[in-house]
Amino acid sequence: MRIAARLPEVVFPALLVAAVALLGTFASRANEIHFRTALVDVAIVVGLYVFIGNSGVLSFGQISFVAVGAFAAGLMTISSGVKRGIMPSLFPVLKDHSLGNVESLLLAAGLGAVFALVVGLPLMRLSGLAAGIATFAVLGITHNVLFNYTKIGPGATALTNIPETTGLRQGLVGALIAIAVAWLYQLSRFGRMLRATREDPAAAQAVGVSIHRQRLLAFTLSGALCGFAGGLFVHQAGTITTEDVYLNLTFLTLAMLVVGGVGSLLGAVVGALLISGLNSFLTTAESGIHVFGAKIDLHDGTHLVVLGAVMALVLVLRPSGLTGGREFRFPRRLLRRRS
Amino acid sequence: MLQTAFNALALGSVYALMAVGIGLVFGVLRLVNFAYGQLIMAGAYTLAIGSEHGWPEWASVLACFGVVIGLSLLMEVGLFRPLRGTSPATMLVATFAVAFLLQSIALLKFGPLVKTASIFPGLFDPVGHGQFVTVRKITIVAIVAALVALAALTFLLAKTTIGLHMRAASADFRTARLLGVRANEVVTLAVVLSGVLAAVVSVILVVEDPFVEPQFALRDTIIVLVGVVVGGLDRLWTATLGGFAIGVATSVFTDELSSAHSVYVDSFVFGLVILVLLLRPEGLFAPFSAQPVERA
Repeated sequence: MRIAARLPEVVFPALLVAAVALLGTFASRANEIHFRTALVDVAIVVGLYVFIGNSGVLSFGQISFVAVGAFAAGLMTISSGVKRGIMPSLFPVLKDHSLGNVESLLLAAGLGAVFALVVGLPLMRLSGLAAGIATFAVLGITHNVLFNYTKIGPGATALTNIPETTGLRQGLVGALIAIAVAWLYQLSRFGRMLRATREDPAAAQAVGVSIHRQRLLAFTLSGALCGFAGGLFVHQAGTITTEDVYLNLTFLTLAMLVVGGVGSLLGAVVGALLISGLNSFLTTAESGIHVFGAKIDLHDGTHLVVLGAVMALVLVLRPSGLTGGREFRFPRRLLRRRS
Repeated sequence: MLQTAFNALALGSVYALMAVGIGLVFGVLRLVNFAYGQLIMAGAYTLAIGSEHGWPEWASVLACFGVVIGLSLLMEVGLFRPLRGTSPATMLVATFAVAFLLQSIALLKFGPLVKTASIFPGLFDPVGHGQFVTVRKITIVAIVAALVALAALTFLLAKTTIGLHMRAASADFRTARLLGVRANEVVTLAVVLSGVLAAVVSVILVVEDPFVEPQFALRDTIIVLVGVVVGGLDRLWTATLGGFAIGVATSVFTDELSSAHSVYVDSFVFGLVILVLLLRPEGLFAPFSAQPVERA
């Protein structure tokens, strides 16, 4: 009964995402990519939300799990013949084996979870700024190693020839899986315990909640979702460099989460869709588009400027995000009429 | 060995200056200014434009100070003031957005290619001709600038009324206001001072590396931001020491790692950072007895 009452929390964001995917099927071939990107962004931001939103601890490290998932999924779906040619210095295990699409996504999720667990075991003792900086250090190390260590990846060059298997359908399914997992988690007793530590750490500890254990669980789950989203990311784009999954993506996804509202699943989904849509719109506008008869042709690079300005503006006007950290509920009046 | 020590001292001094700039603003506003590096970048571009148009050097430097301080004030009025008192995450992401904004404006206006700023090129020459060590004049300038700035700041904070107000505000902003400290005055002063330091740093960095591009000083800022937290952001002197320490560590790793491992400098530095944070989460240099209380 209680679960039924909270069903709108997950159904509404899921419908939003489905609507975006449906719109994408009407889009032209050239525009479809924007819808696929939006779906992948939803998956990443929901992954971030599971840890940051529920724990209230800011982490800059989640994109390292996206990076690991993306490179693992990308590398393992390239056929071994091609790999021998373009990356001769890979470890033989990586060079001689390859996986199918779904297996690669599972591998990405698994690696993300394991990496997050290993990293989180010591780091989840920290909180506040120290936690933010330590997780950032993890991101720095991940980027530095991926960029230079050619036995596990392409190093400084781009990884190409990755099968582009994440179309609208896989993107939608992926985003829905992420949303469902996030919802089930925040509904579970573990999710509630973590939220309790966010609201009042001392009181939560006093009633027997282990902050370290709950944060670690959420961090690992978030790592799995981020790794999975990384797999979608790489199969959507078909090519990836280490720069694609570093500072800019960290900034962009965090901004999506904060603009939408850190405290709710709805915020994560709305923020991801809005910012991703705005980003796509401005990027296309740079090569000239027609909107309602008016021709818009922006200077190259304008999209970054507008994006930065919009985010700063939203934060100044609504510091707690567009949703204010609230989940979707039916307006009271409607409910009363029905009962 | 001596060379390594000198390099470490030089980088440490520059990073210490940046750390003071970040620490000052954090002290009064509880805000980590991620856009600090973009202030330095803006200053560097001003110097580059100056040398492109053949301005005299004093005019370029003056313009650099003007631009950087002006931008700092603009940030304070347009962003920090409306966001005062919101959650640290919101403030950090907002400064993230501004950093992104400034960097993309630079990219839009000047393009991704480097601009060369030749300013005080004589300072890059080594002092004398030592057999084992090369000490460039700018290294000495950097160290002296750091010492002078720290001395001046210590004087300001310890001996003047406004300095006292500032220390009161960073100990407890709300109570300080209740006791008659003018909040806007104190915050503006902190922002201007951090702007002055950013301008000094951009002059020093431009002399050391005259190739200005949109990502100028980005890596340095990130390392310093990490450094101030490792040192302990709750006090200005621990933040400064943190900046200095991470500069020394980065420089030593760069010089001492074998060439095969030198690409992993960042990993070594960040690894060390994680280790220190785990051992002393409240700050490497924070006093052992007093545990700072996390304020809401």
